[in-house]
Amino acid sequence: MANLKDLKIRIESVKSTRKITQAMQMVAAAKLRRAQEAAEAGRPYGQRMAAVMANLAQGAAGSDSAPRLLAGTGKDDVHLLVVATAERGLCGGFNSSIAKLARQHADDLIARGKTVKILTVGKKGREQMRREYGEYFVGHVDMSGIKQLGYDNAKGIADDILARFDAGEFDVCTIFYSIFRSVIAQIPTAQQLIPAEVVETEGDVPFYEYEPDETEILAELLPRAMTTLVFTALLENGASEQGARMSAMDNATRNAGEMIDKLTIEYNRSRQAAITNELIEIISGAEAL
Amino acid sequence: MADMMQFDLVSPEKMLASAKVSAVDLPGSEGDMTAMPGHAPMVISLRPGVLRADSGGEISEFVVTSGFVEINAGAVSVLAEKAIPRELCTREEIQALIEAAREKAAAAEPDTRDIGEKLVADLVHLLDMMD
Repeated sequence: MANLKDLKIRIESVKSTRKITQAMQMVAAAKLRRAQEAAEAGRPYGQRMAAVMANLAQGAAGSDSAPRLLAGTGKDDVHLLVVATAERGLCGGFNSSIAKLARQHADDLIARGKTVKILTVGKKGREQMRREYGEYFVGHVDMSGIKQLGYDNAKGIADDILARFDAGEFDVCTIFYSIFRSVIAQIPTAQQLIPAEVVETEGDVPFYEYEPDETEILAELLPRAMTTLVFTALLENGASEQGARMSAMDNATRNAGEMIDKLTIEYNRSRQAAITNELIEIISGAEAL
Repeated sequence: MADMMQFDLVSPEKMLASAKVSAVDLPGSEGDMTAMPGHAPMVISLRPGVLRADSGGEISEFVVTSGFVEINAGAVSVLAEKAIPRELCTREEIQALIEAAREKAAAAEPDTRDIGEKLVADLVHLLDMMD
């Protein structure tokens, strides 16, 4: 009976799909652990950088000589949106939730009459934004060749952004990425890079001496603080991607399992029906004799 | 050891050292300095050089390229862009950094070229010190 054979083929194909999703889930789990470790290892640097920045910036923010990276250009006409996503799909809503947030921001800015420029990091975000926002694209950073995300990767992106800023291409820069909370929760986030956001410090700030003087240190520190923010964003994104893929593949594996159960029941039923049919034929044939 | 302070060396990618030390030699951009417990609060920037932490007789050395140091009475935190334990740092690595710095200095605008050339000189000096 052809139907039986079809069912059998179907069951086999779903089984091999399940094998693939299961393997992807395990790979994602292993990668997630590494990505999480990397994100954790980078945290002390980011925190201290933010603390030193906060001390310095509070002193400098009020003065007229504050660097442009901190004070901004005095306008906010042109916005650069850095959309950081993954290079690969099959990770649930990870890429689309970041793209969605970026799209909302872009729409909002365009509605307010601002100029929008978009720099994409990672292929998937670019693909998702291209149709509607392709005309705003000013650049793309390809991350596909990178095995282990390093500080130098972030530095490359940050240097690119800084060069554009120095050339006067934009006034405000925001990066879009996903913060990793847990395997089932990744929070798409917008973080302003330029002008630098200063976190208010609590309690008494010790009075520091600076060598070389404050302005020079600040001028050196600001680009580095920005690079750190980009690096943190990329690390969080890496962990989020693997987390999202892990839960997506877990779901897919479970769905495949359910499907196999259903198909197996259907297969057994039709097999029984076929046997019963044959028996009836034999018996009625025997009776006719 | 009564007089000890917290010493942390962090790079963006990981925390390299966290220990109690009695003194830290730092290659500051305006000259070398040693931070000991009870130092006045200070923030300094680093030039390429060797950083030396003395934890009660046991000395650990790191090659750093650039970064910042935050000094308090009870703690020294080094935020290094790149830091490698001295014994793991090879001449080739520094040579590569020198090449990169040279290229950058050559391409720089005249008003920032001095900074780039100073970086090259510091790196060359560091390479000499490695022997």
